[in-house]
Amino acid sequence: MTSLDRIHSSNPLITVLTLIGRGTFRLLGNFGAMAIFFSLAFINIFRRKQLREIVKQVYYIGATSSLIVMLVGLFTGMVLGLQLFYTLVKFGSVGALGSAVSLSLVREMGPVLAAIMITARAGSGMAAEIGILRISEQVDALYAMRVDPVRYLISPRIAASIISFPLLTAFFDLIGIIGGYLTGVLLLGTNGGTYFYRVHSSLNMVDVRGGFIKALVFAAIVSCVCCFQGYFCHMRTGGYGAKAVGLATISAVVLSCVMILIADYVLTSFLM
Amino acid sequence: MAIPLIEFRNITKRFGDKTVLDKVNLKIYENQITTIIGKSGTGKSVLLKHIIGLLKPDEGAILFRGKPVAAMKKNEWEDYRNGVAYLFQNNALLDSMTVFDNVAFPLQQTTNLDKIEIEKRVAKKIEDLELTEAVDKYPSELSGGMQKRVALARALVTDPKIILFDEPTTGQDPIRKNMILSMIVHYRRKFGFTAVLISHDIPDVFFISDRLVILWEGAVGFEGTYEEAVRLKLPMIDEFLRSLEGFQDELTGLLSREAFKGQYAAMLGGSAGISTASAALFSVEFDLLHEALGPQAAVEVLRALGEYVNRRFKPMGGFSARHSRDQILTIFPNTSPDQARQLVADFVPELNQEALARIQTIAQAKMGAQACPEIQVSAGITEVSSTDEIDQIIVKAEANQQIVATHQGGSGGSE
Repeated sequence: MTSLDRIHSSNPLITVLTLIGRGTFRLLGNFGAMAIFFSLAFINIFRRKQLREIVKQVYYIGATSSLIVMLVGLFTGMVLGLQLFYTLVKFGSVGALGSAVSLSLVREMGPVLAAIMITARAGSGMAAEIGILRISEQVDALYAMRVDPVRYLISPRIAASIISFPLLTAFFDLIGIIGGYLTGVLLLGTNGGTYFYRVHSSLNMVDVRGGFIKALVFAAIVSCVCCFQGYFCHMRTGGYGAKAVGLATISAVVLSCVMILIADYVLTSFLM
Repeated sequence: MAIPLIEFRNITKRFGDKTVLDKVNLKIYENQITTIIGKSGTGKSVLLKHIIGLLKPDEGAILFRGKPVAAMKKNEWEDYRNGVAYLFQNNALLDSMTVFDNVAFPLQQTTNLDKIEIEKRVAKKIEDLELTEAVDKYPSELSGGMQKRVALARALVTDPKIILFDEPTTGQDPIRKNMILSMIVHYRRKFGFTAVLISHDIPDVFFISDRLVILWEGAVGFEGTYEEAVRLKLPMIDEFLRSLEGFQDELTGLLSREAFKGQYAAMLGGSAGISTASAALFSVEFDLLHEALGPQAAVEVLRALGEYVNRRFKPMGGFSARHSRDQILTIFPNTSPDQARQLVADFVPELNQEALARIQTIAQAKMGAQACPEIQVSAGITEVSSTDEIDQIIVKAEANQQIVATHQGGSGGSE
């Protein structure tokens, strides 16, 4: 124990401040590393021989996640239809159901829930796959073969996320609006024409653009966090080997979800 | 002496509190095979990873042709890295790709070759390493030995100038071990690369190595040729090498070199001493066989010769060991050179009828009956005096060597 540590341990306030300080520095260091990691990967998207891998990743992240995203979108829309119908009935504004459902979905719920679902479905997969490649020395093997691991493994995933997230969000929104129609119109008897008229009249391009901006930002966050956690899983202090991969996957999902919600708040503040 | 291709100057590497490499000084020369030997955990793989840049030293400098690697410009570093390939200890194959895709991967990613040329080169390497049947399989569907060969094919496919082999023969049977080591020698001659090898396959690895580096507790305990290591007789290193070599040569079933030396010393120092003794040196043209029949068949030929020599002469009191990749030395105690010559002459029909017939079968399986090349077995007889060192016996016997058995290619006959 150094003399500095001894002074710290004798004063609880200093100990707490030290812990907070260390934690903050570590957090800032991680964010800095993640930003550099993302920048490097993003630049490498535009290098040669990337298209094939990007297409493969679009299939893996986008196409294979579409069903689950649409399923969640359908039930989210159905729940919104139910909840908003009974709320609006109290104020005699059932006619505004279409507006309420579509605006909630396009501005807020679509981008956030689609991003969380893709994180659960593809983000965890990215972290685990890259983590396994790391612990089995396949990442080192890429380097040894003069293949930049960031270019080969990370860039296509980030590019594919940037392509897939807005598309899946659009699917989510569309199916969600249909879900709201199923409960609000077919189940509870609101006028169908009014529902779609309200959807059409209340949704502006600004709302759609805002939703897509969120989707793009979430794509960058999710792909960067998940790839970063997997790529550096061998440097974790909590465990080695398969355990490190497991921990990296957990961190990737939890951190992505938290950052999606934080980013959503920040973006909404700016976009409103 | 020439400037080393790669030089380590006072390289220190620590992982946390543990110092893995402690002021390591090491030289690797061009077009040589340098073998690094050391106990587990002495930093052999760490050392190799420094050469390829996977790890950076905490202290010291790595020099390439006299120039510090750390001071290289980006294009110089790229040029350097272009010429280095690495064969990982656990193979590190890309497990979501087939064997073909694994071997093709470096060419696809780092060259501008067209698809047809890539397929041609990959097919050639796959054929060389006898992986044709596994071409569409995934690494998890292959045995450890086959995975190793896939990794070797992948390392060789870009024709690198320096290849770092991290325990390339681990988990292989004796034939495959020798086959892989033979391939390293063969391809080194063919393509002229420099090989740095981590291996514990003694004595096989001595037969192919130009230089030996023994890592001892994080530092270089010895650097030089095998003969120098044996001559120096550093107690700890001597004991370590003996523990690795064991009593028997895995490939041929003959005595290990150390055991052979022990038996020879016992023969010389026995109560009766030696009145007379003789030696026979058998050899085959291993490199020609390798060229003509491929590595596996060449190793099989050597193994067959060793087995037949052992079976024939051991019951008579003779003892034998391999002394280079393709030479087997047999000592006949209490036997005059004339008697030894007669013993060898009596052995020749067996060699022709059985050993070479077996060789022919191997060759036919490999190349077809009409394509089998001429295979020659030579033998040299010499007298052994009580003052002779083993190396001297080999030199004397080599001088007397003549062809004793020839297998005629294609016709399947022998004389």
